[in-house]
Amino acid sequence: MKKIEAIIKPFKLDEVKDALNGFGVAGMTLSEVKGFGRQKGHTEIYRGAEYRVDFIPKIKLTIVAEDSMVDKIVSTIMEKAGSEKIGDGKIFILPVDDAIRIRTGERGKDAL
Amino acid sequence: MKSRKLSPLFFNTIVCFFLISMTAFMIATAALPGMATASENQVLDKAIASYPEALFQGKSQDDIRKELPVSGAYRDETTPIEEEVTVIIDGNPATTSIVRYLTDMEIFQYRGDVLWTCIAAFLVFLMQAGFAMVEAGFTRAKNAVNIMMKNIMDFCMGTIAFLAVGFHIMFAGPGESLFFLGTTGATQWGFAFWLFQCVFAATTATIVSGGVAERTKFTGYLAYSFVICAFIYPTFGSWAWGSLLDGQGWLEGVLGVGFYDFAGSTVVHSIGGWLALAGAIVIGPRVGKFDLNGKPRAIPGHNLPFAVIGGFLLWLGWFGFNPGSTTTFDGNLARIAVMTNIAGAAGGIAAMAAVWFSFKKPDVGMTVNGFLAGMVAICSAVDVVNIWGSLIIGAVAGILVVYSVIFIERILKIDDPVGCISVHGVCGAWGTLAYAFFGVESFSSTVLMAQLIGIGVGFAWAFGTGMVLFIAIKYTIGLRATREEEVTGLDVSEHGNEAYCGFPIDSHA
Repeated sequence: MKKIEAIIKPFKLDEVKDALNGFGVAGMTLSEVKGFGRQKGHTEIYRGAEYRVDFIPKIKLTIVAEDSMVDKIVSTIMEKAGSEKIGDGKIFILPVDDAIRIRTGERGKDAL
Repeated sequence: MKSRKLSPLFFNTIVCFFLISMTAFMIATAALPGMATASENQVLDKAIASYPEALFQGKSQDDIRKELPVSGAYRDETTPIEEEVTVIIDGNPATTSIVRYLTDMEIFQYRGDVLWTCIAAFLVFLMQAGFAMVEAGFTRAKNAVNIMMKNIMDFCMGTIAFLAVGFHIMFAGPGESLFFLGTTGATQWGFAFWLFQCVFAATTATIVSGGVAERTKFTGYLAYSFVICAFIYPTFGSWAWGSLLDGQGWLEGVLGVGFYDFAGSTVVHSIGGWLALAGAIVIGPRVGKFDLNGKPRAIPGHNLPFAVIGGFLLWLGWFGFNPGSTTTFDGNLARIAVMTNIAGAAGGIAAMAAVWFSFKKPDVGMTVNGFLAGMVAICSAVDVVNIWGSLIIGAVAGILVVYSVIFIERILKIDDPVGCISVHGVCGAWGTLAYAFFGVESFSSTVLMAQLIGIGVGFAWAFGTGMVLFIAIKYTIGLRATREEEVTGLDVSEHGNEAYCGFPIDSHA
């Protein structure tokens, strides 16, 4: 079992979600986050004074899936969230020890 | 509010009536040439005979004279008026003064004056909502409740202060008491006039709140609102506008031509702007406004649509502020409304162009300041300018306000969160000066000097008393919130309220 954390541009969310749903990813968790990478921030102007916006709004998708699904999920996110421009985001993959469904107590892949 | 061309009441109808009676007498006396010089009584009798009997209600002149109000300002539709009548007896004109009651037409005019003045006052009252929204929109979410409370309380405190003291200072004649409305309270017109003056006084106080927003201690704010409406605004007002009632202001006759400010570019707006300047200097900039090198940092407002709607409400209010300043129900109000509108539109376009040119984007905040600046500037000469005059006055104000905001922030290092020093102080002074160029038929250096004296005295009075007031508050009840309160936001620390409970707020903003 792996946890996939994908940080993507907010306006790509619907495309990514629909594509993942299409091949059986049953659940995901979404967070509104802010951050910067190589894109850095940008400059805005307010009443004649410039100011830096260092942290740009992004969406973080968290998906826990069986190992066999991971490659397909990653390639789908890369395809749907990519615009070939700087600031498309990153994907992190972490090992997961266990998963538990609170209502029934099921564990492991049955809980996904 | 100031009118040279129209006396506040009845002017037109009195002139009409006078002309009619003159004509009647010229016809009546033409048939009686060569008689001896007329006696006083003969003249009076002839004069009385020229009016319909109903206007004397069967009373003698002496009896009616006892009912005369103290002055024209205490009129009621049932009180008599006094007028000069010239009659021709034996080919010689003779003038006498008679007292009589109002004609139906004059009563209608009187009620029109009361109605229009009240409606205009209601519109000016709406400017309180406009100021509240502009100020809240241009500042941070954590201080929105505080801004609302200040705008509520400066109107409430201002009303009571103006009722108790301010109205007396501004308009009382020698030996007269207008505390708590005084004798004016006995007439309908007194109430209409007071209401219109009261909303003007409160406007001055509420201008200041924008300049000291996001860092002022609430109790300090209450104290200065009261002092402004009780003392600072009415004193300057009495110098410039006292004769609208029973006072006599020295600026009204300065240099023989008098200082001219029709609706208050200086009396209301500059006074408010210079008070805000004093306040912003004494209280200092917000935490984080300037970096260690003194470079200003933007502190973006949390709700620009809110600020724009506030700006529109102020624009609507201005249609009462300027056209209502005639305090007369007549055809002139449409012209004044149009000139007000032209100046506002020109100011908005000019400010947008200036900020677009200098900063590459048409900034909405500056554009709102621009149309407000245009209407601030036009107040002074709005009843006498032509269309080109109001276009130029508004456009110059729109450009002026953009660079004034930048100058005050970058060069003077003064933190004015909403730009009220530039909009009201600087552009009010510009508009007052512009009267000398666009408000008179031929340029006169005496008029220019009179305007400059008014602008200078306004600055010295408002800035001087403002500095004394704010420093006095600083060392007594305290003027500034603590750093911790300011960083937390005045909503929670001063009022225990949240403006947007349940909505996520960026706590780093």
